[in-house]
Amino acid sequence: MRIGLVCPYDWEVPGGVREHVKGLAEALIELGHDVSVIAPADDDAELPSYVVPAGRAVPVPYNGSVARLAFGFLSASRVRRWLKDGAFDVLHVHEPAAPSLSLLACWAADGPIVATMHAAIPRSRALHAAQPILASALEKISGRIAVAEAARSTLVEHLGGDAVLIPNGVHVRGYEKPDPLPGFPGTGGVLGFLGRMDEPRKGLHVLLAAFALLAPERPGLRLLIAGRGDAAEALQQVPALYRARVVLLGQVSDADRVRMLHSVTVLCAPNTGGESFGMVLVEAMAAGAPIVASDLDAFRQVLLGGEAGALFETGNPAALAAAAAGLLDDPGRRASLAAAASIAVREFDWSVVARDVLRVYEAVAPAAGRVVVAT
Amino acid sequence: MTAIIVILVVAAIVLFGVYVSWRAGRLDRLHARLEAARFALDAALVRRSSVALELASSGVLDPATSVLLAEAAHDARSASSGREMAESDLTRALRAVFGQPDFRALVAGRLGAEELLGELESAAHQVFLARKFYNDAVAATQDARRRRIVLLLRLAGTAPSPEFFEIDDSLVPAGETGPAADIPHLTG
Repeated sequence: MRIGLVCPYDWEVPGGVREHVKGLAEALIELGHDVSVIAPADDDAELPSYVVPAGRAVPVPYNGSVARLAFGFLSASRVRRWLKDGAFDVLHVHEPAAPSLSLLACWAADGPIVATMHAAIPRSRALHAAQPILASALEKISGRIAVAEAARSTLVEHLGGDAVLIPNGVHVRGYEKPDPLPGFPGTGGVLGFLGRMDEPRKGLHVLLAAFALLAPERPGLRLLIAGRGDAAEALQQVPALYRARVVLLGQVSDADRVRMLHSVTVLCAPNTGGESFGMVLVEAMAAGAPIVASDLDAFRQVLLGGEAGALFETGNPAALAAAAAGLLDDPGRRASLAAAASIAVREFDWSVVARDVLRVYEAVAPAAGRVVVAT
Repeated sequence: MTAIIVILVVAAIVLFGVYVSWRAGRLDRLHARLEAARFALDAALVRRSSVALELASSGVLDPATSVLLAEAAHDARSASSGREMAESDLTRALRAVFGQPDFRALVAGRLGAEELLGELESAAHQVFLARKFYNDAVAATQDARRRRIVLLLRLAGTAPSPEFFEIDDSLVPAGETGPAADIPHLTG
């Protein structure tokens, strides 16, 4: 099949949706399909051969934070040209309600269009102001996919209709190779955190408080943090005595992300809400890292109700400290959680997920003909 | 002798009374000016978000830009507690929209584009001016309220202390403001 994928967010900045599009594209190529991705990127950026740049992304306030998007007449004409040159059998747009390339592609195309919804948007930030503008573009979508229940309910609430649930994928094999960072994991135990430090809902403050509870009794325990944010601000939340035991990696490359997951004794996901899926858990499962996670609906589903990772009361540092201590002291339990996780994670491997996505393409494409540029 | 003292004391009391009432009157006028400035600022902000919303739904812009602008304008208009943040976000969205290369040339000739852009530009000017004058009034009022006599006699009564309204309202990107850019222009 000739498949056109549209990524609305900057290709040059790591992010959930961009990782998803990349993983899906590569899995579909591996299955023998002809894939082209259009994404915001500089014309002279170094890109994989399947990515077509749509011009530099512009940072704008969107949905309560700053997003790097591509919009405007020039982007619109690039999308048109890409559609025309691509002659796709199916067009697959991601996050079509975001004011970026996906919306422009919906606008510009006719024929079989599939869309994947990623984010859970709270009702209060509803899209109603833009509803009339969105409606005529979103009406053209013939198959809708949601990556998680929360994304699906956002869709149902805001736009009506329903969607097929197909989870986010990971390339499991890419996480399996054990190659920890130098000096890790060591003997005293390492708690890990992977995610943005400056986003409160990622819950780093909960973990730092829990670490302060655990550190006095465990002189060898260390904390390994990978993610963007203000290092000084994070360290300030840890008593001065234990700061030397906190290792901050900052934003890491994809390869170091995997190495980081192999460097920890227990990976902590102390998120306080707003997660629709829990990609970080799936990555940790693929890497075989034992997990302690907040008891959020999305996390509980991914961790099979606690079978593939320990759960603790969301937002409670003492509960996190207790759960982490339990795992640090029990290598047998760590091994059994990791073993259960490595079986459960197969369901999220791109080879499985991409086949499910292909089924959606096949359900939509024959009836709708080819993708053409709308007149 | 005592008569002179009595007269002096009475005169002092009368003078003090006159002074206090002059102070109170001045404070009252400042509060009235502040109130008027606040209304003007509010009206300017509402007008700006309304015109932005109108532009978003006019079909002059591409759909992605329209959605971006519509959501920013809607957030600005419906924000109550985080209004400064939402209005600043609207400014940033406007800056991103109008900062597109060749923006003027691309929209030129589209039906209604000239009028809407002109109206938006004038609304943005109004926001800039109204905010400047409002903050000016806030500074003057705060200054008057800090006087010892005003504090001592509680001349300000129960009126809450006014606060500055701090937003990003420059349509020129930071660092590019020249001497002529005191009033924001959408395009150079």
